Amino acid sequence: MADYHVPVVGDDIKTPDLKTGTMAHLHPYPATAKHMDPMGFPGERVENWQQKGIEKLGELLKKYRSLQVYLDICVKCGACTDKCHYYLGTQDPNNMPVMRAELMRSVYRRYFTPAGKLVPGLVNAADFDEETLGKWFTYFHQCSQCRRCSVFCPFGIDTAEITMAAREIMNAIGVGHKYSVEIIGKVHQIGNNLGIPKPALKGTLEFLEEEILDSTGYDVRIPLDQEGADVLLVAPSADFFSEPHIQSLMGYAKVFHQAGISFTISSYASEAANFGMFIGSYDQQKKIAKRVVEQARDLKVKRLVVGECGHAWRVAYAFWNTLNGPFDFLDPRYPAPQHICEFTHDLLNRGALTLDKEANDSFRVTFHDSCNVARATRMGPKAGGQFEIPRDLIRASCNHYVDMDEDTIREKTFCCGGGGGLLTDELMDLRIRGVQPRVTALKRVMESDKVNFMALICAICKAQFTKVLPMYGIPMEMVGGVHQLVSNAIQLGVKKGVV
Amino acid sequence: MLTFLAYIVLTIFVLGFLSRIFVYARSPAPLKIATTPAPTTVSGVAWRLFTEVVFFNSLFKSDKLAWAGGLAFHGAMAVVLIRHLRYFCDPLPAFVAPLQIFGIVAGIVMAGALAFLLLRRLVFERVKYISSKADYLFLVLLLAIAGSGLLMDFALRPSIVDIKSHMLSMWRSVTGLPPIGSAGDVMFLLHLLLVGLLLVVFPFSKLMHAGGIFFSPTRNQVDNPREKKHVTPWAKS
Ligand code: HEM
Repeated sequence: MADYHVPVVGDDIKTPDLKTGTMAHLHPYPATAKHMDPMGFPGERVENWQQKGIEKLGELLKKYRSLQVYLDICVKCGACTDKCHYYLGTQDPNNMPVMRAELMRSVYRRYFTPAGKLVPGLVNAADFDEETLGKWFTYFHQCSQCRRCSVFCPFGIDTAEITMAAREIMNAIGVGHKYSVEIIGKVHQIGNNLGIPKPALKGTLEFLEEEILDSTGYDVRIPLDQEGADVLLVAPSADFFSEPHIQSLMGYAKVFHQAGISFTISSYASEAANFGMFIGSYDQQKKIAKRVVEQARDLKVKRLVVGECGHAWRVAYAFWNTLNGPFDFLDPRYPAPQHICEFTHDLLNRGALTLDKEANDSFRVTFHDSCNVARATRMGPKAGGQFEIPRDLIRASCNHYVDMDEDTIREKTFCCGGGGGLLTDELMDLRIRGVQPRVTALKRVMESDKVNFMALICAICKAQFTKVLPMYGIPMEMVGGVHQLVSNAIQLGVKKGVV
Repeated sequence: MLTFLAYIVLTIFVLGFLSRIFVYARSPAPLKIATTPAPTTVSGVAWRLFTEVVFFNSLFKSDKLAWAGGLAFHGAMAVVLIRHLRYFCDPLPAFVAPLQIFGIVAGIVMAGALAFLLLRRLVFERVKYISSKADYLFLVLLLAIAGSGLLMDFALRPSIVDIKSHMLSMWRSVTGLPPIGSAGDVMFLLHLLLVGLLLVVFPFSKLMHAGGIFFSPTRNQVDNPREKKHVTPWAKS
């Protein structure tokens, strides 16, 4: 393993001093023609890239009010400068949200405002040149689009919107990031991010059914492509193959089984994740999400339920209806789409499930709010349900629950460090440093309350934490899904069906 | 001449400001991106914006010093602006008259808060790092406006009545200047020119945050994407 710099973890999250250029060395792997061509992006950097890039920026300004307003109105008050986990973990000033946005704002000023044209030095306007593009590629791939800064900004300026626009502009001139673009290609070709073909998927699901039968004695089914099921379950594909994700998948299956509600997974739409969002592409988001809607129609289901995945839930909750709605062909009694936590919570409230908290007595649990769920979605009818519903489920499944420091949970939660299309090995240095604020808060409750399990509802968080927590001396088994706890606690066969 | 200039400045400001607002209003917001937890009703959103504009709610959560300085400056500026109505309205609205003393206190608070905000930019490492020359200049300009105003209140009284009657009678003259009989009159001219400068740059600068905040999608959207299909024209197909 390369010698990564693992930051020191103190008792408190402290804002470090500035240190210019600490992350300038990080070079995301560029996408090649093989990845870019199928997307309709230029395979290599186009000849007149400066002009094309500026034109693209002009086009996006007309398409996105967020971009137009946020490039105009920042007063540089500095309130965001200590809010980004990447700044806190790297000290690199370009990872302060305002400076990240300035990378684009300076170009915007130069070409789109009188002040930037007349007095560029006065207002920090910059040409869109080789150096600027280099910084864009580096630092717009050091933003996980977690939107923590937008919570604290007096104007709600959302750096994620700016990062998305930057990536869209770069893709338009043939400067793509391999990781995201390659993955989107796999969704279109095979149906999911991991590139799992149908036979392999079928095999895994059968294996998991046996696993549940062996451990519980109950014949819990995880059907694939079953027409006429009540529910289409769309889970992140990591739930089919990765640890600890699989544990949650078994949890979902047990909930369906116990409630007596039939469900199916689709091999064609075997992916809840939607990396179209990470690259800022409206068209890609729409195309990827369309697979789900088509399957819901083809399989004639009545409800759509989304598994544990943060950005997937954002796309599903906030965008699906806009992109491919309306969902008027589904059962109007249920929200469309519905989060698996909403689904389970509803069943619990209706008395359809029996949970034995003691089954999780070996765990002292805390909950990591995943950024996209926390700051971009809702669960249930009330604002803030996205915080309470998962916590309710955890409390119903175990006896020992404690929250982490208030400034690191709910809408103030810290990113795991791997979101927004950064969950790739070449960015490991960033991922390790970026998790430092979360680790600091986690270590605190590990010491004060003997916490030994961090529950969460995001496939990317799970993958990131299991990889980087060990570098801080925290075992990877510490991390798992909310439905992993539900899975442990649920009493099969006690009482069946919805009351 | 002064009157003539004033009309040009006002025209640039009003048209410039409105055209920016028009750009914001016209540019579409294709997706629902409210920062949650967000209100689920329109009246909830109105309240959210109100708390942001009047109390700087989010800033309070993130930076107490910037919040205190910012709120003091903007609040005081608002009072000062209302008090300025006396120079423009005849007859004076009844509620402005008793504000005279508050107006002067507000002037002092405004200058103090601006000095504090300037100091903040110079002293705190991160805020210093992110500041451009323009960021300092805005504060210096506002400070100069407030300072020249206060000087007129306390030391160098200009002959306001004379100047006003001159300006009113001379609005057709391109060359005529108001009488300059004292240091106070010079101070007044300076005050007026600085305000003119502020108004001219306003629509082309970060000062547009004053109108832009109302168009920030993360703050002004209702959190109801599942309940109501949100569409914008370019994204319809
Ligand atoms: C709807 C009206 C307005 C709102 C909600 C608003 C809000 C804010 C907020 C939240 C800040 C950041 C905090 C700070 O640094 O003080 C700020 C900064 C600032 N505002 Fe406003 N503002 C408004 C109108 C104006 C107007 C009319 C002016 C004009 C002259 C102005 C001038 C400034 C300046 C110069 C700053 C930067 C302060 C600094 O450099 O530290 N604002 N405003």
